[in-house]
This record gives sequence, structure tokens and C-alpha cells, in this order.
Amino acid sequence: MLISIGHVTRYTYALPATSSIYTLRLTPPTFEGQRILSWRVEMPDIQQALRYRDAFGNICHLVSIPRTHSEIAIIARGSVETQDKSGFVRGATEVSPTRVYRRQTDRTAPDESIADLVAGLKSPDRIDKLHELMQVIGERVTYEIGATNAHTSAVEALKDGRGVCQDHAHIFISAARLMGLPARYVSGYFVTGGDTASEAQHAWAETFIDGLGWLGFDPANQLCPTDRYVRLACGLDAASAAPITGNRRGGVDEVLDVFVEVQQQSSAQQQ
Amino acid sequence: MDWQSGRKLQQQEQTSLKVGASLRKAFDEMNGAGDGVRAPYTAVSEWLGTQKLDDLKRKLLEAETMFRRTGITFAVYGKEEAAERLIPFDIIPRIIAAAEWRRLTAGIEQRVRALNAFMYDIYHRQEIIKAGKIPEELVISNSAFVPEMMGVEPPLGIYSHIIGIDIVRTSENDFFVLEDNTRTPSGVSYMLENRETMMHMFPDLFARNRVAPVDDYPENLLKTLASVAPRNMDGEPTIALLTPGQYNSAYFEHSFLADQMGVELVEGHDLIVKDGYLQMKTTQGPRRIDVLYRRIDDDFLDPLVFRPDSILGVPGLFDLYRAGRVSIVNAPGGGIADDKAIYSYIPEIIKFYTGRAPILQNVPTYNCRKPDELKYVLDHLPELVVKEVHGSGGYGMLVGPTASKAEIEAFRQKLTSNASNYIAQPTLALSTCPTLVEAGVAPRHLDLRPFVLFGDEVRLSAGGLTRVALQAGSLVVNSSQGGGTKDTWVLQD
Amino acid sequence: MLGRTANDLYWLARYVERAENMARLTEVGYRIVLLPRDGDGTHEEWRSTLASAGCAQGYFSKFESLNTRDVINYLLFDFSNPSSVKSCLAAARRNGRAQRTSLTRDMWESLNSAWIEFSNIDPASISAGELPRVLDWVRSRSALYRGALLNTILRNDTFFFSQLGTFLERADNTARILDVKYYVLLPQIEMVGGGVDAVQWAAILRSVSAHRSYRWVYKENYKPWRIAEYLILNQAMPRSLRSSYDEISVALNDLANLYGARAACHDTVAATRALLANGNIDDIFQSGLHEFIEDFIIRNNRLGNEVAEAYHFNG
Repeated sequence: MLISIGHVTRYTYALPATSSIYTLRLTPPTFEGQRILSWRVEMPDIQQALRYRDAFGNICHLVSIPRTHSEIAIIARGSVETQDKSGFVRGATEVSPTRVYRRQTDRTAPDESIADLVAGLKSPDRIDKLHELMQVIGERVTYEIGATNAHTSAVEALKDGRGVCQDHAHIFISAARLMGLPARYVSGYFVTGGDTASEAQHAWAETFIDGLGWLGFDPANQLCPTDRYVRLACGLDAASAAPITGNRRGGVDEVLDVFVEVQQQSSAQQQ
Repeated sequence: MDWQSGRKLQQQEQTSLKVGASLRKAFDEMNGAGDGVRAPYTAVSEWLGTQKLDDLKRKLLEAETMFRRTGITFAVYGKEEAAERLIPFDIIPRIIAAAEWRRLTAGIEQRVRALNAFMYDIYHRQEIIKAGKIPEELVISNSAFVPEMMGVEPPLGIYSHIIGIDIVRTSENDFFVLEDNTRTPSGVSYMLENRETMMHMFPDLFARNRVAPVDDYPENLLKTLASVAPRNMDGEPTIALLTPGQYNSAYFEHSFLADQMGVELVEGHDLIVKDGYLQMKTTQGPRRIDVLYRRIDDDFLDPLVFRPDSILGVPGLFDLYRAGRVSIVNAPGGGIADDKAIYSYIPEIIKFYTGRAPILQNVPTYNCRKPDELKYVLDHLPELVVKEVHGSGGYGMLVGPTASKAEIEAFRQKLTSNASNYIAQPTLALSTCPTLVEAGVAPRHLDLRPFVLFGDEVRLSAGGLTRVALQAGSLVVNSSQGGGTKDTWVLQD
Repeated sequence: MLGRTANDLYWLARYVERAENMARLTEVGYRIVLLPRDGDGTHEEWRSTLASAGCAQGYFSKFESLNTRDVINYLLFDFSNPSSVKSCLAAARRNGRAQRTSLTRDMWESLNSAWIEFSNIDPASISAGELPRVLDWVRSRSALYRGALLNTILRNDTFFFSQLGTFLERADNTARILDVKYYVLLPQIEMVGGGVDAVQWAAILRSVSAHRSYRWVYKENYKPWRIAEYLILNQAMPRSLRSSYDEISVALNDLANLYGARAACHDTVAATRALLANGNIDDIFQSGLHEFIEDFIIRNNRLGNEVAEAYHFNG
């Protein structure tokens, strides 16, 4: 599938910031089933950005704006060609041994409720079990915007029973790690189908299965990623896989606007 | 009162101690096992015999006045506005013979190389885990393990360039490493200032002993820092020391070291990431920094990566480090090597990376996370020292032989409910050294922290910080718990 | 050098100078209220002392009336007064501690011991008779610090920023004393009794330690316009606006040479210094002493801001 993506993030301040700095994980990687045809990140001072790969293999840019400003817009756009690999991610650049992804974080730390979730899984087969986990999470936590926030943990979301894709992914990761499996958080884009562009910015989980490799699970949509998914960045949780992490000095009353448009491209458009 | 009556007093005190039998037999640095003055102490012992107690006490006051005027103070956490206290100083030096020091040096060097090889491995291929020498979970789930460090290539492959190794002695030939400090060890300014004060007050003592100098430390530190500058940089590296500021307990040391090395002492808000480099804001505009000797904890280094609320660090610093634009000394994530849960594996670590047996012994350690070892610990609490895995500064520990029944029971509860948070060790009969106390000269337990530097080579100044427990019978030497310090002499042949 | 270091050194010097000035003002005020006089002139004297010290507003937000004990406590020991001697010494030491590596051992020890000793004084234990001793002590500690600075510090930016702080503060202080007392100096207005005038004139000179040197320079009795001329235009008088600006000018030129760059502050200092060097006291009185001083204080503040800007005091 040919997918075109436009992703605009805009920060505005009532009182200007004296400086700000951003880590961007806004460059999708190439691996089996995902090829980048064109990609551009635009923002002030991006030419001076430091480009490097982080501990989870993401291509990062560090962009520093060392002057007073009251608005910053970060625009990423391009087109990506994808193939359905039944959710398997192969050929991606890996920096850390997979066992590192067994580490729980503040957001994924399990408690009895996650342990009960795992204990309740009935499937004998290890992959079936993960599918069952994905399904149970979708049933237990209904999709609702605004019930949780960026700092909500897996345990909190499970208890509340409401959340968004980030919460679904955290619960899945927490449970998978509790089962002894390496698991990671993936942020990316999703072609929702039709003309709608809702939840085009998406997140899901991946878990490592011995002998098979990394396999994606999207509890929010109850499926393993297909060619409608574009992987952007991964990490131990939403924080370390965030497309944009920023810090500023000064700057009062920040307003954040995010606009994401993901569309299937016809091959005619592509030419 | 002369030195002889001091000896008598010492004997009285010892018989009155209600501590384990092992402690009563503590090896004394000056008097050995009670069989006469040991060779390195000959001259000091003679000198002490000629001193009057009142004179010694006056000298001690004089020393304290010197320290206070210099401003060599430290803050005590949790003590409101007590802000600046002096660490008590003792004027009777702790003396190490040349041959003893050679052995310690060999052991320290071996240890420092192995610890750094371990860190490199942990933050790359993790061969030691694959080889089954260390349980995976102990590393991966350890809060001291910093996953963001995976794949970082620090210059020369070194993570902890400055390590303070806490060593205790139990007999003529038995030295044990109590712990390694691979994060941001402090105390070296006391090593230097104690010597300065002693030379000022007792020049005659130095005339009668061949004491190796320690004042090469700042220069060694500067050489070490320069040697780990980013690769491919031209010219002399610019070095700066990052402090949390003047309200930090070790601020004096930070400013002292910056001054001794002639480098800028910077705070987080003096620094900014600009044009892809770390820059400090000078009177002439931004100026690039190549090597940052940081004395703030990992958590506060960079709000983009670690604690987002930190205002002590510099946003973007970690990314620059990762990209090789600046060197951070010591590297983030070094805590994995001095974690108390990892400690018991250090002999294994040394063998794995050096292929040799450790020269310096570890204290036998019970990992309470292992059920059989926990059982032993619970059965023998009155004999053991129990420590929190992530504690420091002597807080949150139980010294079995001197603890009350209630304290022991309280620890039993803690151990039962959260076993993996604790380790236990036998109570070592730390060596003692004659120390000036209110009633005269009496033996007090002590340890030794040499500060070793590792860059293009291993550099070790001949000495260290000797910490002494000023309470009779106490084994807790930490300054935050009322411990004092002594000048540490390494004699030359 | 870090911008923050320059800022701290500058303020360290200002606070040491300010502590000394506070002690001096307190001493003069106290001396005047001791004088026998008709009625109760005490209050008015303290009012003008507080005004000269820039502390009047703060004092009256805390106390309703002018009481000698309250005023002295407020000027010397009150931490809620940011200009009290105690606040100044604490701030000076805090700045010094933050820049411990820039100071010589002599400088640091004089600063540190001044703070330790002063903070140990119990205000309640200071009787009227002991006050002069305490005030002398403050002045001597300031002199000790200045002496340590002049004798031990390298003549580089550390020294230059310290000089800037000292002399900007000093010029500000002298100007403020003149401004508050200007009515005493106005020749047109006949004050009540000649005796009081002489006392007031002496007080102005005394508050800048110039009551004896005046006689050496002018060989005549106190004359209002002479006093004004002495404090504003005299090049030899070490607390005059003119000599303060000579020192500031030297320090800023030294900085320009060291860094190889000039900034707006260099033009400002040159202009103000020219005003003082070419000034004439008759013209100043003609166009208004108060207006002249007011203008000077504005220029002085602007210079401070331009220095902070030029040398990145705030990063």
C-alpha cells in the first residue's frame, strides 16, 4: 500500500519561551514490509540538528532553538510503501539485545490486576495466548478519549476500564513482560479507511517470540499490524517511543495542536 | 595525660563493649593484634608518646578553625538550616606501608578495569548474561540499569573514570572491598585538605616520615578528563565541572576541584545545547564544552531523557553524549556496577573479564532475594550487617551486634516483606586506629576510600580518605552518621 | 568567564560596598539624634536616613513610627530588609560562595569570617554605647575585603567586574545621599538656624567619610555649593561621582581590551564621565541640583543594565 502522511505539531505560548529543544523520533525506519519513498521534517533550525540513533534503534534529531520565540511548528510529511507481513517486523535496525525489552517501566509496572489478566488466559499455544491477551484487553478497556492522559499507567487504565491506544499498548506490554516475553511500545500511523482521518496517529505493541522474531499486536483495533500500519518509533513505553519530546525555558500557557493526516495514495498520485 | 594512660583507657573501653567477640579482637593499625607497635607507625607512636593531651586538643581546635575558615563544610540532609557543618577531623594519621599500598594498588587497578569492562558489556552485547554468570533479571530489572545507555560508545570505552573504592581491613593481611562507588564518589577534597592541614600543623612529623604526596590528584584528574575528550576534536579540550549548586552537600568539593584544575564550575542554567554542541554562557557569549565532569546524579542530567522536572541538568545533554559531541564523566548508568545486589557477583565479574582471580577480596554477601540465603540471614540477624540494596550514606542499615532487640525485630519485618531489597554481610571486625577523643587517645574503627582515576591509564594518588567512626565500638564511618576523617599516609620505601 | 560568574562578582562587590554604606549612614543618623536640640527632631533625621538608604518604604510597611531602636535594627540586623547590613553580608557571602573558585583565599576568608562573626551578633545585646564599635567593625570588614581584593586578585575580568560593582554602588549611594539632602544644600532657601545647617552639612560629608578631607581641599568652612561640588565633581575625592566614574571607566576599558569588543555601556560611561569632567557647579545649581542628581541616577542604573546585557550576566 502506498501511504501519504502529513503530521503537524504546533506549540504556541502566551508568554514566549527563551529557548527550547526537541528530540524528534519522526523519521520512519525502513525494514521488510516498510519502505520510505520520500520523507521530510521541517522546523526552524532543523538544518543544524544533530542526527543519531537511540538505544532502541530509532532515527532521532535533536533540534535546539536557542532564542526567544512564541511559536514552533514541526511538520513531518512523506510517503511510505508498505506490505502486509502478518505483523512481523524483520530487518529493522536493532541496537539493544531483546532481553532489554523485558524491563518494566513506571508506566508498565504490573500489579495483581495484570497478573490476574495473565493467569486468566486459557490458550495453550504461546501465540494464541497473545491474541487472546489482545482480545481481553480490548474487551476490558473501552476506547474513550480523555479518560486517561499521557502519564496514565497500565495498571491505572486497566482499573478504570477506559483508555486510548497508548493505554491498550501499555497493558499489553506489561502483561507480556510479566509472561517473560520481551515487549515494546510502537508509535506510528494508521490508515483508518474511508475518508476519515481519525486516530491516524496510533500506537501498538510488539513482542518478541523466540524463533519467530518481533510480532506486532494492536489491542485497540484487535489485530496484528497490516500494510495499513506505518511504524515510526519504538521504545520501552510511550515516553521512550514518543515522536516528539521537548523542553523549554520560559514560555507560559503552552497550547499544543497536533494535526495528522494519513491517506492511501493511488499509484497515479505517487507518480 | 600522656599516650600511656591513653592506652589504659582504651583497654577499659574495650572490656566494657557489649559487642560480638570478633570486635573485641579488632586489629589495630598502630598496635597490631597487641604485639607491639607496627613498623609504619614507629615514628608517629614515638611522637604521640611525647605529646600532652591538652596540646593535642588545642591542635585539633586549631585544625577545625582552619577548616571552617577555608569553608570546607558539608550539608546534612534533612537538617534544616544546619546547612554547613564540619566533618570532624582527627589529627592522628592513618598509615599504610609501601608494600601494603602496592598490593592495594594492584587490586584496585584490576577491579577498576573489570568494572568498566562489565559496564561496556552490559551496555552492549551482554555476554556475561549470555554466559549465565549473572542472572538476567538482576541487570535488566535493576533500577540502576539505564536502558537509554544501550549502544553508547564512550571514548576509550570507559564509563566510570573516577571510582572510590571502600576498603576495610580485618588483620595484618586481610583487606576487603566493602563497596565500589562508580557513580559520583565524593570525599577527595578531604584527602587533599586533611593533608594540607596536617603539613601546616605538624611539619616535624613529615620530616620524620617519608610520606608520599597526594597533591598530584587534581593534575591526574585533569589528565584523565582530557584523555576522554570526544574523538575527532581538534585542539585542547575545554573541561567544566557541573555542580547542582552551592546548597549541595558536596559543593565545597566541587568548587575546590574546579579551582585546583583551573576549569569552570558550571550549573545547569549556565549551559545550553546550541549548534549541535554543549555550550556554556560566558561573558563573551557561548563557548563549547568538550568534557563535562558532572557531580549531579543521572536522574537530573537531562530532563528530555530522565526526570522531566529536573532543573539541575541540561536538556539535550544526553543526546549530545550519545552522538559523541561531549563526554560525560562519569557516564550515566554506572550505578549498575556498584549496585549492592550486583556486588556479590564482582569476584565472578573480575574473573570473567580479566581471566584472573580477584586480588582484593569481597566481603561474603548474602543475597536476601535467594530464599535459602534469606533464611540464613533471618536466623543470624544479631551477627550480621543488613543493608538496603539501593541505600547509601549508612542510612537504612542494621548493624546486628550493636542493634537493640526492637531494631532487629523491625528489620526482620522489612526483610520478610521485601527481601530482594536487602543484602546481608557478616559483621567485620574493622581495624582500629588510635584517635583523639574527649577522654584521651583511644582506638576507633575505620575504613579507607582511595580515589582511582581511569582514562588513557589508571592513575591512583598514594592515599585516600580514611573515615573513622568516632563513637566507641561503632562501625558506621559515614560522615552523615557522625563519622570523622583522618589524613591517610602511604609511606615510601 | 561564565556570565553568571561576572554577575555574582559584580553583586558581591555591590553588597560589600552597600553594607559599608549602610553602616556609615546609620552612624551619621545616630550621631545627629544624639545632639541636643529643641523639640523632637529625632524622627525627621531618621526619616531622611531611611530615605538615603532607600529603606523608607520597607520600614514604614513594618513599623508605624520612627523609633531609634527600630530604625537601627532595621538598617543593621533585619533580614526582611534586603539592604540591611546583615542581608548585604549574607548576599555577599552567598555570591562569593557561588564563585568560590574566582576568589582568592584571602578574599574568601575575609568574606566568610565577616558573615560568621556578624551573624553571631545578638541585636538585643547591642547597647547604645556599643553601636559605634559594631559600625566600625562593619566598615573595617569591608575595608579588609577590598584590601584582599586589591592585593591578591589577578588584574583580569574577575577584578574588573568587582570594580564595576563597587563603584556603581558607590556612585549610586553618594548620589542618593545628595538627593535626599539636597534641600539642605540649596543656597536660595534660608534654613532656620545656622547651627543646624552646619550639623547637616557635616553629616552629609561624614556619611561619605569626607568631613576632614573637605577642610584639606577647600581650606574654608562648609559651603553648600562647595560640598556639592566636592561630592559630584572632585576628581580626588574617592567617593565622588567623578572619581567613581573614573574607576568605572577604567574597568570598562580594561574589559574592552581584554575581550577585544566594546558595547553600549562603553558609550554610556564615556558620556556620563564627560558630563562630570566638564561640569561646573554653578551651572548645576542653575539648572537644578535635584534634576541633575535624578538624571545621574537614571544614567547610573542604565549603565548597570547595559553592563549586564553586554557581558551576558543572565546567560
